[in-house]
Amino acid sequence: MLETVLKLALVAAAFAVLPLVVGQIEHKVMAHMQGRLGPMYAGRFHGWAQLVADGVKFAQKEDVVPAAADRRVFKLAPAVALIPYLLVLLVIPVGPGGQVALELGVGLFFALAVMGVGVIGAIMAGWASANKYSLLGGMRVAAQLMSYELPMVFAASSVAMAAGTLSLGGIVAEWRWWWLPWQAVGAVVFFVAGLAELRRPPFDMPVADSEIIFGPYTEYGGLRFALFILAEYAGIVVLCALTTVLFLGGWKGPFLDVELGWLWTLLKVFVLAFLVIWLRVSYPRMREDQLQKLAWAWLVPLSLAQLALTGVLKVVAG
Amino acid sequence: MTGQEIVFALLGVVAVGSGVLVVTTRQIVHAALWLVVSFGALAGGYLVLTAEFVAWVQVLIYVGAVVVLLLFGIMLTRAPIGAAELDSGNRWAALAVAAGTAAVLVTVVVLGFRGVSAPPKAGGGSAEELGAAVFRTWVLPFEVLSVLLLAALVGAIVLSRSDIGPPEPGHEADRDVHRDGEEDR
Repeated sequence: MLETVLKLALVAAAFAVLPLVVGQIEHKVMAHMQGRLGPMYAGRFHGWAQLVADGVKFAQKEDVVPAAADRRVFKLAPAVALIPYLLVLLVIPVGPGGQVALELGVGLFFALAVMGVGVIGAIMAGWASANKYSLLGGMRVAAQLMSYELPMVFAASSVAMAAGTLSLGGIVAEWRWWWLPWQAVGAVVFFVAGLAELRRPPFDMPVADSEIIFGPYTEYGGLRFALFILAEYAGIVVLCALTTVLFLGGWKGPFLDVELGWLWTLLKVFVLAFLVIWLRVSYPRMREDQLQKLAWAWLVPLSLAQLALTGVLKVVAG
Repeated sequence: MTGQEIVFALLGVVAVGSGVLVVTTRQIVHAALWLVVSFGALAGGYLVLTAEFVAWVQVLIYVGAVVVLLLFGIMLTRAPIGAAELDSGNRWAALAVAAGTAAVLVTVVVLGFRGVSAPPKAGGGSAEELGAAVFRTWVLPFEVLSVLLLAALVGAIVLSRSDIGPPEPGHEADRDVHRDGEEDR
């Protein structure tokens, strides 16, 4: 009982802190990549408290709902966008020997299913705002999810096939170093498709500011807007954690796997989060047709090829 | 009644109630959102029956993909945005058809299975059991279904492409321009 409560508290703390840390890293990394300093004043030391200050600012703002909006759906949307990522964090194993809040036999399917639900929040926001730009953004979100969900599930299935289990902890336990080259294509497909599901640059067509202002979130302000942004960063944490667990061996490192497993997991998550930020700074936004082409002409065939490779090697070797 | 039965019954009430709301609400996007609730309650029912895998596949496919597709279709066609309403004049006809279909189905099932019951066995909805059932016992129907889906896919492509099919006189030039434009991408 005590153990469960402690684990839930730890997951809640991770959910509250990690997205903010990723956000702060993004501020600083982007700034340095662009030859700036980024936030320097809030909290004195290199602006570490900038996001806390942002949060206070958001909480003080007026709570505005547009007159023509569908009020209930409009207010519900941020919660639908955010809560799924909290649920996914529950099943992600951080270390060996039951260092996971909720051990599920079909953890992989749970994670993928619940992550897909989060997108409905953005679509709800897009429709309920009663704003044409928001509606266009919502439609782009839906179109993007439909294209990228398939390769993502294929890539994840490939790992599940390789490990012979759908349990996330079981997959890490089965993982060996030579899975890195074996599942490399799947890893790239999974990560790219995940980025597209999170609508992170270069896949941020749904919120393309130069065309449709801020897509589904255009009419949002104050705390609800902050929740959407928080959902984006929580999504980054969840995607990086899932990629770590599925493709990079989770808690396994060159030494001290058992004692420092959680540290290896955290390290890999942050390296991937850095990669997410790096991609944002490096690539321009993809056009809608380029997005669709990447998904259907590249990612789907590649993930199918990965599935075939996994199956063939699994049958031949084992 | 055990706790599980109570939870199962409550989930059933939620599923049926939200299902009724799907067809009675005047806001078409609300209908899709109530469908999410209904599917979610159904998934909860599977969970109570210890069919974990089925439950999460239900969420992944129906909530994550089918409802998103529905919402996309609605927004692409004619949903009034915001809180505007839309209604159909066929409500009573639809009710009659639905009640009739339900009556036929329930009668057939009750008559067909009266007095027959299989003892429930734990773990019957697990990934292993389902995989064995689909790919060993029912592999032929499974493959036939996939051919059916492929046919539907090809049909959808044929319907959506205006640049294939018999040439219409007088539109040749238009079509060539269109085709060139596509190749440029």
